Amino acid sequence: MLQDWLFIGLMVVIAPIFPVAALIIPQLLAPKKPNPLKSQTYECGIETVGDTWVQFKAQYYNFALVFLVFDVEIVFLFPWAVALNQLPLYGVLVGILFIEVLVIGLVYAWRKGILEWF
Amino acid sequence: MSDPVTFVAKWLEAYLSGLGLASGWIAVIMAALGVIALGSAVLLLDILLVWVERKVVARFQDRLGPNRLGPFGLFQPIADVLKLLLKEDIIPQGADKFVYNLAPILALATVIMLWAVIPISATVAGSEINVGALYIVAVGALGTLSIIMAGWASNNKYALLGAFRMVAQMISYEVPMVIAILIPVILAKSMALTDIVESQTVWYIVLAPIAAIVFLIGAQAELGRAPFDLSEAESEIVAGYHIEYSGMKFGLFYAGELLHALTFGGLFATFFLGGWRGWGAETYPILGIGYFLIKSMFMYWVIMWIKYSFPRVRIDQMLNFCWKFLTPLILTVLSITAILDKLMSGLPYWAYVLGMLLSNLVILYFVYQAVGRYARRERQRVADPEKFRVNFPVKSTASPSHLP
Amino acid sequence: MIYPLQVVFILVSAVTLGAALMVVTTRNMVRAALWLVLALFGVAILFVLLEAGFFAVAQVIIYIGAIAILMIFAVMLTRRIAQDPGPQLNSTWPIAAVIALLVFGLIVFLVQVWDRAASLPPPLPQGFAPLQELGVALVSADRYLIPFEIASVLLLAALIGAIVVAWERK
Repeated sequence: MLQDWLFIGLMVVIAPIFPVAALIIPQLLAPKKPNPLKSQTYECGIETVGDTWVQFKAQYYNFALVFLVFDVEIVFLFPWAVALNQLPLYGVLVGILFIEVLVIGLVYAWRKGILEWF
Repeated sequence: MSDPVTFVAKWLEAYLSGLGLASGWIAVIMAALGVIALGSAVLLLDILLVWVERKVVARFQDRLGPNRLGPFGLFQPIADVLKLLLKEDIIPQGADKFVYNLAPILALATVIMLWAVIPISATVAGSEINVGALYIVAVGALGTLSIIMAGWASNNKYALLGAFRMVAQMISYEVPMVIAILIPVILAKSMALTDIVESQTVWYIVLAPIAAIVFLIGAQAELGRAPFDLSEAESEIVAGYHIEYSGMKFGLFYAGELLHALTFGGLFATFFLGGWRGWGAETYPILGIGYFLIKSMFMYWVIMWIKYSFPRVRIDQMLNFCWKFLTPLILTVLSITAILDKLMSGLPYWAYVLGMLLSNLVILYFVYQAVGRYARRERQRVADPEKFRVNFPVKSTASPSHLP
Repeated sequence: MIYPLQVVFILVSAVTLGAALMVVTTRNMVRAALWLVLALFGVAILFVLLEAGFFAVAQVIIYIGAIAILMIFAVMLTRRIAQDPGPQLNSTWPIAAVIALLVFGLIVFLVQVWDRAASLPPPLPQGFAPLQELGVALVSADRYLIPFEIASVLLLAALIGAIVVAWERK
């Protein structure tokens, strides 16, 4: 089993080398003439106002919350799906009950207006 | 000669053991060579994709596309790459330099990493880990991270806004997309992509057409392609999260996006179109590579077709479509597929396939009715907004609407 | 005798610990979140070394794909993200350090005493499919059926609770 992961481990190490190489070549070939105007923040030619890292809308956070709960649920469901052949019918139904409990959460979020964007 | 890849691998292995290396080190060297070969092949394909994308979009827009350099403009991407290599590297004021440089590297590397588990022919697959389907999702999560890094490190409000929209979209559409992946896993009873391909004597698009459609829509959103390209809405935020990137760093994002599209084509082919399967692909594995590439390229073309045919949606429409339509739909399909799979496990395979197809068609019929009802209601609402006003219990006290 | 896997293990553990240290010492909150991602990724690799591939991918999907993103979104909700000029230590840090050292010493002691830590576990039987086993165990009444369903209810409670806390601020 570790044999299978060997390829992936090497992939994690070697895959970034391709883009890094592509970034090193311009360092050698490309011109370097920096000036303060060139490195200004590009916001359609208008000078940037204030700090970029400002406070954001809370709704992004809400969607991430709902997503997190569903993400955990889905990961639980994968082994259940793989073992479906060896399960009795009630085992399948129990898995579906697991899904439906989460659906209650989705309905709640929907009714509360969490899924609205304004 | 029907299987050149295995032939070369066998020969190399014999050569290395002839040198007197231990078997463990031979495995490491073979895997490393495999990774390098796969990565190089994928990136060469990527350079070609620049030409394909430009040529196809030109045809959709009734233009000729690149046609000056070489036959049919085939050398255009090489000229593009040369130009990108020679451009000056500009780092914007106040950027977080380390994160800024890391983001494009991560963006391309994660896409290359996806190919580690995709079976390319009957005998060629990088790795046959038993959690292949979840590995795809995990690597996709790392890709999401590269976008938020790019947007945050650029020190540009448009970039940050674009990154936030993109990430909100990617995490939202990940839910229906991953459940759509779960359905082939249920049908194949395995998470290994090699097993999923091997069990597709009948392509899963026949058994699970709704999952296939949802996966395609999810892929479109994960890629940030139209109609879900509001992260790079030109009229609002110029270019999105990579606005401050120029030269080769932008090139890496661009290459990553094109390759990601082809990768999703390949994943669609693997999950729903039988991967490398085709006439004679088991006896002549080299044919399998051809079938796989044809299917992937076809799905890549479909993704482009959708991209260049649909107008952009608004962010509320995008989120509503995901959470109030796709997610309930795919959860229903998942439940029904799991129960039917259990109930029909004793039946002959043709009956099983027919049952799955019929159940999907029945669901599609009800969905069609529901969407039609919704559209009628929407038309009435647009005609007379006062009658349909909805008041949500809480209105924007937690989040003042002037925030981005 | 040093096995190659041990070298990998030591390297990965060192990177994980270093990244974890950076999480608590970096003043920039988004950077701290990114260091946390590196630490979590290191833990995923440790799972792979334990031949627990499913937990490795689950770790990446849930912790990096969802929780890290949630944290970055949460950071963006606060003001003054880039710099926090406040002190990083408070007056009770020596006590915390002593407790941490004691716990570490206890773990080292337990590993020394426990005889099974020194021996290799018996190899898995041929044809053992861990994923199927896990899937069956999750929905078998005599195994983990109740925890599995409670996990679902817990997730529901977490979602509702989070919505109530995050949203209903009149």
